[in-house]
Amino acid sequence: MRQGGGLTSDLRELYQEVILDHTRNPRNFHELKDATNTSVGHNPLCGDRVAVYLHMEGDTIADVSFVGQGCAISKSSASMMTDAVKGKTRAEADALFDRFHTMVTSQPGAPVDTKALGKLSVFQGVCEFPLRVKCASLAWHTLKAALESKEGTVSLE
Amino acid sequence: MARAAKVLLNVPEIKKDFPILQRTMRDKPLTYLDSAATSQKPKQVIDAIVDYYSRYNANVHRAIYELGEESTREYEGARERIAEFIHAKLPTEIAFTKSTTESLNLIAYGWGLKGKLKQGDEILGTVMEHHSNHVPWHFVRDMKGATLKYVDVDDEGYLRMEQYDDLITKRTKVVTVAHVSNVLGTINDVKEIAKRAHEVGAICVVDAAQSVPHMPVNVQDLDCDFLAFSGHKMLGPTGIGILYGREKILEETEPLLGGGEMIREVHLGTAKWNDVPYKFEGGTPNIEGAIGLGAAVDYLSKIGMGSVRAHEMELTAYAMQKLAKMEGVRVYGPEDVTKRGGVVSFTMDKAHPHDIASILDVEGVCIRSGHHCAQPLMERFNLSATARASFYVYNDVEDVDRLVAALEKVHEVFA
Repeated sequence: MRQGGGLTSDLRELYQEVILDHTRNPRNFHELKDATNTSVGHNPLCGDRVAVYLHMEGDTIADVSFVGQGCAISKSSASMMTDAVKGKTRAEADALFDRFHTMVTSQPGAPVDTKALGKLSVFQGVCEFPLRVKCASLAWHTLKAALESKEGTVSLE
Repeated sequence: MARAAKVLLNVPEIKKDFPILQRTMRDKPLTYLDSAATSQKPKQVIDAIVDYYSRYNANVHRAIYELGEESTREYEGARERIAEFIHAKLPTEIAFTKSTTESLNLIAYGWGLKGKLKQGDEILGTVMEHHSNHVPWHFVRDMKGATLKYVDVDDEGYLRMEQYDDLITKRTKVVTVAHVSNVLGTINDVKEIAKRAHEVGAICVVDAAQSVPHMPVNVQDLDCDFLAFSGHKMLGPTGIGILYGREKILEETEPLLGGGEMIREVHLGTAKWNDVPYKFEGGTPNIEGAIGLGAAVDYLSKIGMGSVRAHEMELTAYAMQKLAKMEGVRVYGPEDVTKRGGVVSFTMDKAHPHDIASILDVEGVCIRSGHHCAQPLMERFNLSATARASFYVYNDVEDVDRLVAALEKVHEVFA
C-alpha cells in the first residue's frame, strides 16, 4: 500500500502490508498429496471456498496447505494460518484459533496477546469490521473441521 | 472528453424526502448504491404507515365499525393503485403476498404443483434467474416429475433468444424469465417470450422485481400471465409483495395458505375458497405493508416512471463510462444502456468484490458484493462474486463520482 494517500487509519489497519503480501503470494497454496485430513469450508454469503489439507504425524501437524478463492482477508488469513500451525500439536492449534478468534471479535482497542499470536496479530484490524470476521476465520474453522475429521476421510463443510 | 450526464430528476429535492439520506457514515455523506437489494423509503411512505397505526388501525374485511371500514378502504385503495400502476385490467388481478419470492412460490405451488402440471411437462427458465425463480421450480420438478430447461446468455449478457426455437416444445407448460437481471441489468424481451410461450399453450411467468420499481411496466402490453414483484425495492416497506395474474389464470390457481380470509365457507372436513384474489390472502394480511406500498406507488407515479427510467439510464451511462476508464475494472452486462437497467456489476483484477465493498463502506458508499442470489449465472461467467452498484431516483452524478473516487482508494490499497 502506498503510504500517505487519503486512506483512513481503519483501512490501513485492516489492509496491512503483510496481509497484502500474503494475498498476492499465498504460502502453502497447493493441495497436499499425502494429506491425512482434509476439509472444505464455504462462506455462502460471498461464495468463498477454502480447502485445508493436513498431514498429521501422531498428534502433530507435520504439514499443512490450502487452496481456494476468496477476498484478501480470507486468503491472507488462510496463508498465515498454515505458516502458524505447521509443526504444532492439535491442542496448540486449537488454542491459537481461540486466541485468534478472541482478537478478531473483541472490541476495538482491546488488549491483544501479541506474544502468543505472533504475526497473526496483524489481523487485529478486523475487529473494526465485524462483517469481515467470517472472512478472517473461514480457514480456521476449516482447519478445526479437518483436525476433527477421521484420518483419510474428507468432510465437506 | 466525457459526455456530461443530463440528470433529469431534481435529485436534491428528492433526497430531502428520504430521512435516511440525511445521515452520515463514518463522517461522510451516505452514498446509497444498493437499491437493487432494497430501496430507501421516503417520508411519504413512512408517514402513511405511521398514519395507519395512529388513526385507523383495524383488521380489514371483518370489522363492522368505521375504523375497519377505513382500513379496508385504504387497503383496497392500495390494491387499485397498484393495479393501475402496472396496467392490470382489474384490481382483483392483484394479490398481496410477502415478497417476490412468495409470489413465485405461490405460482409454482398453486398453479404448477397443485394445479396444472403433470409428469413430463416442461418448465423453461433462463440461467440469469434469481434463486427465487429457480428453487420453486426445483420443487415442482422433484414432486411432479417435470423437466427443467434453461435458456443461456451470451457473453455480453443477452438471452440467447434463438434457443427458444429448440427449447420450447409441445410439452412446455411454463416459460419463466426475469424482466431485468439483478446482476447484468439486461432487460429481457418479455413480450416476445410471452408470445412464444402462448404459441404452444404455455403460460409466461415474469419475475419483475427489478423492473416494476424502475421503468414503466404494462402487463397487458407484455401479455404475460403472471408477474411478481416486491414493495421494498420500490420505496415501499419490506414484507409486502405482489402477485399479478391474469384473471382466468388466477381462477385456476390454488391457494398457498389455508385459513381465515381465504375461505367462503368452512365445514368440518371441507371448505370452499373465497374469490380471487382473497383466496391467496389467508390470515390477517400485511395491512401497513399494502398501505405503505400504495404510498410508494403514489410517490413514483408523481415523478413518472418514464422519467425514473430516463434518469437511471443517464446515471448508468455515466457510471459505465467512468468505470470503463478505470484500470483493471471489468463491467458486465449489455453496453447499450437502452437495453439495461440501472444495475452495474463489475470486478477489479486486483481486488476481490468483498474487499472492494469494505473499502467503499469506509468511504460511506454502500454497494453489494457477492453472488447476488444468482449462482447459476455466476457459474456461467466463471465468477465467484462481483461488486454491484445500483441506482434509483435519489441518486445523482455526485453519487457516481463518490463511487469512482472510492474505487480509486481500492486501487491505492491493492496497487
